[in-house]
Amino acid sequence: MLLNQFLILSAVLFSIGVYGVLTRRNGVMVLMSIELILNSVNINLVAFAAFREAIPGEVFALFVIAVAAAEVGVGLAMVLLLYRNRRNIDLAEIDSMKG
Amino acid sequence: MTGFFLSQIEGLDPLTSGEVLVAQNVFFALIALVMILAALRMVTTENIVHAALYLVIVLAGAAGMFILLGAEFVAVTQILVYIGAIIVLFLFGIMLTKGSFGTEEGEFRERNQMAVLVGVLIVAVTSGSFIDSFRDAELNREAPSTTAEIGDTIFGQFIIPFEAISVLLLAALIGSVVIARRDL
Repeated sequence: MLLNQFLILSAVLFSIGVYGVLTRRNGVMVLMSIELILNSVNINLVAFAAFREAIPGEVFALFVIAVAAAEVGVGLAMVLLLYRNRRNIDLAEIDSMKG
Repeated sequence: MTGFFLSQIEGLDPLTSGEVLVAQNVFFALIALVMILAALRMVTTENIVHAALYLVIVLAGAAGMFILLGAEFVAVTQILVYIGAIIVLFLFGIMLTKGSFGTEEGEFRERNQMAVLVGVLIVAVTSGSFIDSFRDAELNREAPSTTAEIGDTIFGQFIIPFEAISVLLLAALIGSVVIARRDL
């Protein structure tokens, strides 16, 4: 197996995730697209760990998974608060802090 | 019959012989195709619950990729944490905010073409630089990494980041409780 096939797969998944973040208006959908991005980064890290036959890449992937779990917890709490206060999680309409 | 096949398998040099490599490439192509299709459907589908289920397919495919790369512990963690916990969290989030979009009309923003352009540019630039720098670099790992090695590395070299992660998780736990509480 080539290293490049994993790297290019993760680049494709990353860009699909970026597309999701930019186009979706639902707050939960944006969080899910961010998960896609973090996951593609994980594939990259593990591919480099296999390439260099080193463990730290895999350890970093585990750290990324832990940070992603924390991020989803806080993010969903914020979306829930938004829904409770405004009955709406359309990110295009939440512009109170717009300058 | 099975003994014959077993002896055939034992005769192969694990992970580096030709037949195993062909099988690895076939599985890579299959999983990669499924992952990319599911990811595309996830960001384009109107139904948010379906999007969460497509995300499950992508995450399971990523776990398959980790196994192909010989990182078993990361694959198991991926399935436990992502598919087991985070997806359930997402489904609860979708359920609790249901009805905020009605029929999901206008779920997408207007700047669709710009987003497509950004995505294509990211793929083009990163793939170009990958191909330029790692032309035909082969992955020739001799054996999959063991959980013992990962444990040694986490609790030796990376003990301080590990402790920082535990504090981060505690902060996220308290923070999300405080944010989502009703009477505060």
